[in-house]
Amino acid sequence: MSRHTLSVLVENKPGVLARIAGLFSRRGFNIDALAVGPTEHDDVSRMTIVVNAAELPLEQVTKQLNKLVEVLKIVEMDPAVSVQRELMLVKVAADRSTRSHVLETVQLFRAKVVDVAPDAVTIEATGNVEKLDALLRVLEPYGVRELVQSGVVAVGRGSRSITDRSSRPSVSKLPVTA
Amino acid sequence: MTVQPEQLSGAQSLVRSLEAAGVDTVFGIPGGAILPLYDPLMDSTTIRHVLVRHEQGAGHAAEGFAQATGRVGVCMATSGPGATNLVTPIADAYMDSVPIVAITGQVPSAAIGTDAFQEADIRGITMPITKHNYLVTDPDDIPRTIAEAFHIASTGRPGPVLVDVSKDALQAATTFHWPTTIDLPGYHPVTRPHGKQIREAARMMAEARRPVLYVGGGVLKARAWGELLTLAELTGIPVVTTLMARGAFPDSHHLHLGMPGMHGTVAAVTALQKSDLIISLGARFDDRVTGKLASFAPDAKVIHADIDPAEISKNRTADVPIVGDCRDVIADLVLAVKAEHDAGRHGDYEGWWAQVHHWRATYPLGYERPADGSLAPQYVIERIGQIAGPDALYVAGVGQHQMWAAQFISYEKPGTWLNSGGLGTMGYAVPAAMGAKAGRPEATVWAIDGDGCFQMTNQELATCAINNIPIKVAIINNGTLGMVRQWQTLFYNERYSNTDLDSRRIPDFVKLAEAYGCVGLRCEKAEEVDATITKAMEIDDQPVVVDFTVHQDAMVWPMVPAGTSNDEIQVARDMAPQWDTEAGEVRS
Repeated sequence: MSRHTLSVLVENKPGVLARIAGLFSRRGFNIDALAVGPTEHDDVSRMTIVVNAAELPLEQVTKQLNKLVEVLKIVEMDPAVSVQRELMLVKVAADRSTRSHVLETVQLFRAKVVDVAPDAVTIEATGNVEKLDALLRVLEPYGVRELVQSGVVAVGRGSRSITDRSSRPSVSKLPVTA
Repeated sequence: MTVQPEQLSGAQSLVRSLEAAGVDTVFGIPGGAILPLYDPLMDSTTIRHVLVRHEQGAGHAAEGFAQATGRVGVCMATSGPGATNLVTPIADAYMDSVPIVAITGQVPSAAIGTDAFQEADIRGITMPITKHNYLVTDPDDIPRTIAEAFHIASTGRPGPVLVDVSKDALQAATTFHWPTTIDLPGYHPVTRPHGKQIREAARMMAEARRPVLYVGGGVLKARAWGELLTLAELTGIPVVTTLMARGAFPDSHHLHLGMPGMHGTVAAVTALQKSDLIISLGARFDDRVTGKLASFAPDAKVIHADIDPAEISKNRTADVPIVGDCRDVIADLVLAVKAEHDAGRHGDYEGWWAQVHHWRATYPLGYERPADGSLAPQYVIERIGQIAGPDALYVAGVGQHQMWAAQFISYEKPGTWLNSGGLGTMGYAVPAAMGAKAGRPEATVWAIDGDGCFQMTNQELATCAINNIPIKVAIINNGTLGMVRQWQTLFYNERYSNTDLDSRRIPDFVKLAEAYGCVGLRCEKAEEVDATITKAMEIDDQPVVVDFTVHQDAMVWPMVPAGTSNDEIQVARDMAPQWDTEAGEVRS
């Protein structure tokens, strides 16, 4: 088993998220992280899906995803040649005695404090999964009150775009029977 | 010819769209949400609507129509319970790749999500069992959606498509314009196989010593039986046809070993198991064929051709994957094999055929006549096949009678065998036979059904009688859920928990048939079988139901017990074939 990051381009239509989530659960695959958002094309959305799977099951789930009519393209993001980032907001217990230690940690990880209360601070951090895990491990002893993560988004390095329209096949002719 | 835009209601637009898609037969039942559609449907001069008695019947009838004609079958139902009653046939069509379009009414769009009367999220419910589905709330989307639905259902790997249309979309004013192109940027089935893979496959076929052509339902879907016959005769490789492919290759052909799988012939099961090369054509290595997957055909390399890339290497890893339409694939294989022959490379399968002949001669399909003089179910089915002949269509339910019908009827022509293979839907036979007969009224259509199956959907006999769809139904009545009983006999110490239907007493099938406007016949003795079948064959203006009272303890043999290796095949209870005899010994 290993982690894989899939970028899935889909038609921006109602129900497409349910279709994809349903396919994963029906075929017995777990989604570790999922992020969905618009792209530079109005009619195309992009999902970044992180799955934990062996090579063969991953091939099977990719093939099954490709069969969905609204799925346009699937690209696996190789960590070596892509940028992968996640946003985390974490509320950590911090009073007068511990706040300075917490702020030091924030600085070390190049994170930032976005809200302060007498007994807690809220920290915003961006990075790859490993960095965010490391930050969390350091913060945990102070007491993590609340944690929310965006799911990974990923983009390939270099000038090429996976949403390039030229890579999408054109309109097909319909045999007219009437 | 282009259809000009014109002003009409969404419902009229939908009827026009169905006409433009070439639909001439629809099976359905109206209800509240779909009422607006039924009004203009009454005025259509080209669409025949067959009013069924249960939506499940409409769905299976659409399947039967599609399988008998090769065209898309259409069923229609209202929202809520009407739509949910279609779930079983839709799932059935999904498992067996049958092209159907289901049209359902939905509550008005403003009421969607409010738990309105007869509201069900049928699009959500059918997502995992359709090839694609739609919810239409804008009447302007109707023609494009219907065109896409028929295109998706019938191309690539065929399958069911559901179109849910809200009541307000049916009632609103719109224009009708039938599209001439389809824009589905994410849908492009690959039909042309890769030349390099084809050449590699042909090379392996020439080098193999123990090859088998493993033929699945995809060959029928692709209408590739002619190409298959050419390939088989050109190479001389033994052929097995799966439950979904019966009729794709003539049963009488000397290269045919019969059906593989849990109840397959010893020759077919063993040939696959001992082979060194499996050429899979439109088949999917289903668990009922492979038995315990890890021990299936351990020495075989696999060439796997399928139009659905997700089938390839799903269960069994393919050495040569070929994505493409079976007709193109097999036609290309024929050319590539000829090129191998021209280069002097012919397959040498002589030793292999000696073994295969031995298995076939030693373990032919057979059955015993019950000692108490009661009727053998296999005999009844065999005689129906012989008397009705190879041009008749045979439509089975699910269970023992289905397996016997697959084993003891000789299928010589494609499209003459219809059954519920993947989902195993009891109740399929009567409505599917009705759909098949509606699509091919000139053909004799026999439903071979069990007494359990028959009681699940027999109300469609009324539909058949009223709409002049004279099917023939043979109830193989053993009074019990026979296949379940067989498993109880073999694996549950003969404890028959809830399998006795007592249906040789209740209902009286002859009276039931007559009540439904059909001719009812009964047959209890072997010597009456031929006369009864002949009498049923002579009745052409009414459906006929024959209650064949048969022996209760007959079992389906051979059998590979579930979850075990195909090496464990038994030809009768506790009787395994003798592999050690000289000619049967497998040399590698």
